[in-house]
Amino acid sequence: MMYSPDQLLPLLVLIPLVGGLALSLLPNQVVPAMAFVWTVVTLAVSVVVACLAYQPIDGNPAVTFLSSGDLFFESFIPWVDGFGLSFSFGLDAISLWLVLLTTALMPLVMLGSFSAIKHRVKEYYTWLLLLEAAMIGTFVATDLIFFYICFEFTLVPLFFLIGIFGSTQRLKAAKVFFLYTFTGSMLTFAGVLYVAWFNASQTGLWSFEIAQLARAAQAMSLEQQTWVLLALLAGFAVKVPLFPVHTWLPLAHTEAPTGGSVILAGVLLKLGTYGLLRFALPMTPIATVVYAPTIATFAVVGILYTALICWVQKDVKKLIAYSSVSHLGFCVLGMFALNTIGVSAAVMYMINHGLSTGALFLCIGMIYERFHTREMARMGGLARVMPIWAFFMVFFSLASVGLPGLNGFVGEFLALLGAFMARDVLGVGYAVAAGFGMILAAIYILYMVGKVVFGPVLIPEHDDQHQPPYPSGHTHGKHAHVRDLNAREIMTLTPLAVGCLLLGLFPTPLLSSLKPAVDKLVEPARLVLAGRPHGEATIDEVTTIIFIDPTVQHGHPQDPDAARHGH
Amino acid sequence: MNPMLDKLSTLWPEMTLLAGACVCMLAGLSGSAVVRRSPRWIAAVSLLLAGLCVATSSVAEPRHTGAALVGVAGLAVYVKMAIVAVGLLLLLIASQVPDRLRQTQDAEAATGRGGVFDPAGVMRGEFFAFFLLSLCGAMLCAGAEDLVWLFLALELTSLPTYVMVATSRDRAGAQESAVKYFFLGAMAAAVFLYGFALIYGATGSTQYDQIAAFVHAQSASGQALPPLFIVGLVLAVVGVSFKIAAVPMHFYAADVYQGAAGPVTAFLAFVPKTAGFVSLIGLLGPACQANAEQLQPVIWLLWIMAVLSMTVGNTLGLLQHNVKRVLAYSSIAHSGYMLVGLIAAVAAATTPGAVTAGEHLGNGVAALLFYLVAYGLATLGAFAVLGCVTTDQGDEAQTYDDIAGLGQRHPLLGVIMLISVLSLVGLPPMVGFLGKIYLFGSAIQHGYIWLVIIAVLNSAISAVYYLRIIGACYFAKPNDQTQVAVSPAVQLGALVAAVGAVMLGVAGGRLVDAARDAAAPPDAAVVETAPLPDGDAESWSPQWADTSVKW
Repeated sequence: MMYSPDQLLPLLVLIPLVGGLALSLLPNQVVPAMAFVWTVVTLAVSVVVACLAYQPIDGNPAVTFLSSGDLFFESFIPWVDGFGLSFSFGLDAISLWLVLLTTALMPLVMLGSFSAIKHRVKEYYTWLLLLEAAMIGTFVATDLIFFYICFEFTLVPLFFLIGIFGSTQRLKAAKVFFLYTFTGSMLTFAGVLYVAWFNASQTGLWSFEIAQLARAAQAMSLEQQTWVLLALLAGFAVKVPLFPVHTWLPLAHTEAPTGGSVILAGVLLKLGTYGLLRFALPMTPIATVVYAPTIATFAVVGILYTALICWVQKDVKKLIAYSSVSHLGFCVLGMFALNTIGVSAAVMYMINHGLSTGALFLCIGMIYERFHTREMARMGGLARVMPIWAFFMVFFSLASVGLPGLNGFVGEFLALLGAFMARDVLGVGYAVAAGFGMILAAIYILYMVGKVVFGPVLIPEHDDQHQPPYPSGHTHGKHAHVRDLNAREIMTLTPLAVGCLLLGLFPTPLLSSLKPAVDKLVEPARLVLAGRPHGEATIDEVTTIIFIDPTVQHGHPQDPDAARHGH
Repeated sequence: MNPMLDKLSTLWPEMTLLAGACVCMLAGLSGSAVVRRSPRWIAAVSLLLAGLCVATSSVAEPRHTGAALVGVAGLAVYVKMAIVAVGLLLLLIASQVPDRLRQTQDAEAATGRGGVFDPAGVMRGEFFAFFLLSLCGAMLCAGAEDLVWLFLALELTSLPTYVMVATSRDRAGAQESAVKYFFLGAMAAAVFLYGFALIYGATGSTQYDQIAAFVHAQSASGQALPPLFIVGLVLAVVGVSFKIAAVPMHFYAADVYQGAAGPVTAFLAFVPKTAGFVSLIGLLGPACQANAEQLQPVIWLLWIMAVLSMTVGNTLGLLQHNVKRVLAYSSIAHSGYMLVGLIAAVAAATTPGAVTAGEHLGNGVAALLFYLVAYGLATLGAFAVLGCVTTDQGDEAQTYDDIAGLGQRHPLLGVIMLISVLSLVGLPPMVGFLGKIYLFGSAIQHGYIWLVIIAVLNSAISAVYYLRIIGACYFAKPNDQTQVAVSPAVQLGALVAAVGAVMLGVAGGRLVDAARDAAAPPDAAVVETAPLPDGDAESWSPQWADTSVKW
C-alpha cells in the first residue's frame, strides 16, 4: 500500500479535536457551517477506514481485516512509558461499526441544530466536536487508561451542553448527570487500577493494554473477579443505564438540547454497553458466568418496569428517554446470554438504537422548535398539518418498536433468541419475560403516535403570540402557520431512515462482519461454561443458520467437539 | 573536605534566595521610585539564579546511608526545582499584590505631590523579601538531615507567610487571618518540636542517620521500638501536618485562605504544603528502618489522617458558599490524597522485599512528588483567576455569585478556571488525573484497596463543589456587580499554569520520570532487608506475589 492506514485512527480523533478548538478562532457566523464541515470530514475519514477494513488482504476476498477478529490498524503514541501508558489505537468490527455510527450521527446532529441554537453558538459547536473526538477515542482506544480518559471526558462537553443549552431544569439535570456517572466511573477507575496491579503482580511490568489485561485478569479468582465486575458495573451500568441506576437518564435526556439528546441516546449510552462488552466479558469471565442471570434479571426488570413508566408519560421526550432504558435492557440481556448470537445482537442493537432513537429525538426536537412544548395533551393529529414529519415520526417509531423489515426487529429478535438459546446461562424464562417488553413497547409507542400524529387535530398554542415562529408559504388548510419540515430537516432525517431500512433488510453483512470479533470476546466466558457439567447444546448450529457464513455452509456446520458435548 | 563545607556547597540556591531577599528589603525602602518598584524584578532574578544553581548542582552523596524512603539528594533537587518553577509562577501572579494596597497608593501619591517618600507606608520590599525567604525555608526542608535543621527550616517557611497574609490586603480580615494563622502555627510548632525532643530523648541524636541506625539496631535485635520514640514520631507527624493542612491540624485553613489575597492564598496552598510533605518524607525515612509491624501505630495514624482529611475536606467543602473557603477545603482534601501516597511509601519501605526503587506506579513518594506539582499548578490557576475579579466594594471575589458568568465576561479567565478546576477534580486529560493514577496505583500495589476506594469516592464527592464553580462561571448570568481586571503578569502566570496542567497531563512522562528518579534510593543506601518476625516465612516472598487486601 502507498500509505499506512494505521495513521488514520489517530486522525479520526484529532480532526474533531483540533477542529473543535479551532472554532474558537472563527467568527460566529461561520461556526455552524464549519462545525458541519469538520464532522463531514471525520465521516469521510471513517468511511475510508471502513473501506480499507473490508479490503481483501493478499487478494483473497474471503480474508479481510475483519475476518480474523483481531485488532487491526494499530498504532501507538508514547505517553508515560513508566506506567506502561500509551495512546494506542486499534479497531475491530465492533469498534468500527460504533465509530461509523458516531461519525454518521454527528453531521446530522449539526444539521439539526442550526435553527435550534441561537446564542453562545461557538461554545455549542466546540463542545459537540470535542464530544465527538472523545466518543471516537473511546471506541478506538486499545489502552485502558486512554479509553478511560475518553470515557470520562465525554462528561465535560455534555455537562456544558445540558447546562448552557438545556431547558428549564438544565442546571439540576447537568449536575445530576455528571455526578451520577462520575461517581460510578470513579469506582470503575479503582477496579481498573486493581486489574492493572494484578497484571503487574503476575508479569512484573505495569501495562494498561486492554488485551494484555484481559489475558491476565482471567487468572483471578472468582472473588477477585466479582469485585472487578462490580467495579466495572458501577461505571458502565450507570452509563447504559441499567435498572435500578437509570434515574439520571430521563432528566438529562429531557433537559438536554435536541443535539445533546441525540448524542446521548445515540452514542453515549453505548459507551456503557461497549465497556461491559469490551471489559466485563473478557476480563471477568468466571464472575460474568456466575452473575449473568442476576444482571439479566435486572435487564428484564428494567425492560418491563420502564416500559410501564413510558406508558404513563405525558411528555413525548420523556417517553422516548424512558424507552431508551427499556431498549438498552434488551441489549444487556443479549450480551449476558454469553453466546455469539446474543452478543452480536447486543452490538447490532447498539447501532439500531442509535439510529432510531436518535432520529426520534430529532423529530421531537423539530416539534419543540415549532410549538415550544412537548406535552402530548397539547398536540394531536399533526399528520394533517405536517405530513412529512408524520411520515418520519411513524417510520422511526415502528423501527424502534421492532417492525419486521426495519432494523429494530433484527436486534430485538436476535437478543431474545440469544437469551432463549443460552440454556446454560439464561434460558426461556428470560426471553419470554423480555418478550412482554416488546409488546409493551408497541403499546406505549403506538399510543403516543396515535395521540400525537393521528387523531383529532390539536395545534399547541405557541407561547409568544407576537411572533409566529414559522410563517410560511405552504398552507395546509386552516393551519397555515404550521410549517412542515424544510429541506434541511428532511436532509437530517433521511439518512437515518435509509440506515434503518438497510439494516432491517440486509443485516447479514453487519452480523457476519461482527462474528469473528464477537467470538473472540465471548470465548473466555464460553470456556468457563464448557468447563461446567451441563455444556451447551446447539448454539453452534443456530449460529451457523443465522450467520449466513459461506465457509461454514459448505463445510461442516457442526463443530465436532460441540456436537459431542451436546449429546 | 570539611563536612560543614560539603553541606554548605549544596546550599547555593538557598543562599541566592537569601541574598535576593536582603536586596529586596533594602530596595523597597529606596527614595528613588524606580529602585523601590524593583523588588519584584529582583525576586524574579534571584529565583532564576537559584534555579540555575539547582540545575547545575552536583548531586552530593547523602551523608547517611540508612535512608529507607529516598535518597535525600535527589529529593532535594526535585523539590527545589519544583519550588523554583512554581515559585516563578507564584511571583507572576503575586507581583501586583503590594501595589494594590491603599497604604502603598497613598504613600506613592504623597510622593507624587512633592512630599517626601515615607518608606514605612510601602510594603513592596518586605513582601517580596518574605516571599523569597519562605521559598528558601521550603528548600531547606528538602535538604534537611537533622531535626534541629528541619525545625529551623519549617519555621523559616512559615514565619514569613504570617506577615504575607497580614499585609496582603488592607482589610481587617487579613490581619485576623494572620493572627489565627500565627497562633495555630505556633502551637503546631510546639507540638512537633516536642515530638523532636522525644525522638532525641529516645534515640540520643537529632541526626537522621543516627536515628536510622538506632531504629535499625532495635529492629534487627527484634525488640519493639521504644514507646517514647513512637510518641515522638506521632507528635512530630501531627505537628508537621499543620503545614499540609491535614486533619486534625486543618482548622486554620478556611479562615486563613479566606482572609489572604488570592495570590498569597495560592502561595499558602503550595509552599508550606511542599515543605510539610518533604519534612514528613524526611522524618519517616529513618523510622522506616523498622518493619511494618513495629511501625503499625504510625501507619494507622497516617491512614486515619488521610481518610479524615479527604472526607472532612470534601464534605465541608460542600457546605461553603465562599469559593476561597471551598478551595481551602479542597486543599485539605488534596493533602489527604497525597497522604495516601505517603502511606504506600511507608508500607513499601517497611515491607521486606517490596519493590520500591525504579518501580514506577508502586512508588508512593514519587507519586506524592508528582502530585505536589500537579496540585500546585491547578490551585495556582484557580486562585489567580479569583484574584482578578473584584467586587464593587473593591474587595476580592469571594462567593459563587461574584464569579458568575466569568466564562462569558472574560473567556480566557473562564477557560483557565475550567482547566484548573477539572485538574483538581482529577478529570482526564488534565495532570490531576495522571497524579491520581500515580497516587492510587501506588496505594493499590501495596494492598490498600479500601483506602483507594475511599479516595475515589471522595473524588466523586469533591466533584459536586468543583462543578458549582464551573457552573457559576459558565451557567449563571454574568454578574454586573463585579469588575474583571487582569494584569498581563497575572494572566501570563495563570495561563502558564493552565497550559502546564494540560500539557503535563497529555505528555507528563518526563515529570513522572523525574519524580521517580527523585524518589529512588541512592545506590549506596540500598535498604538492608529488615529481619522477619519469627516463623513468618510467607513474607519473604516479594511483595509482588502478595495480593492480600489491606485496609
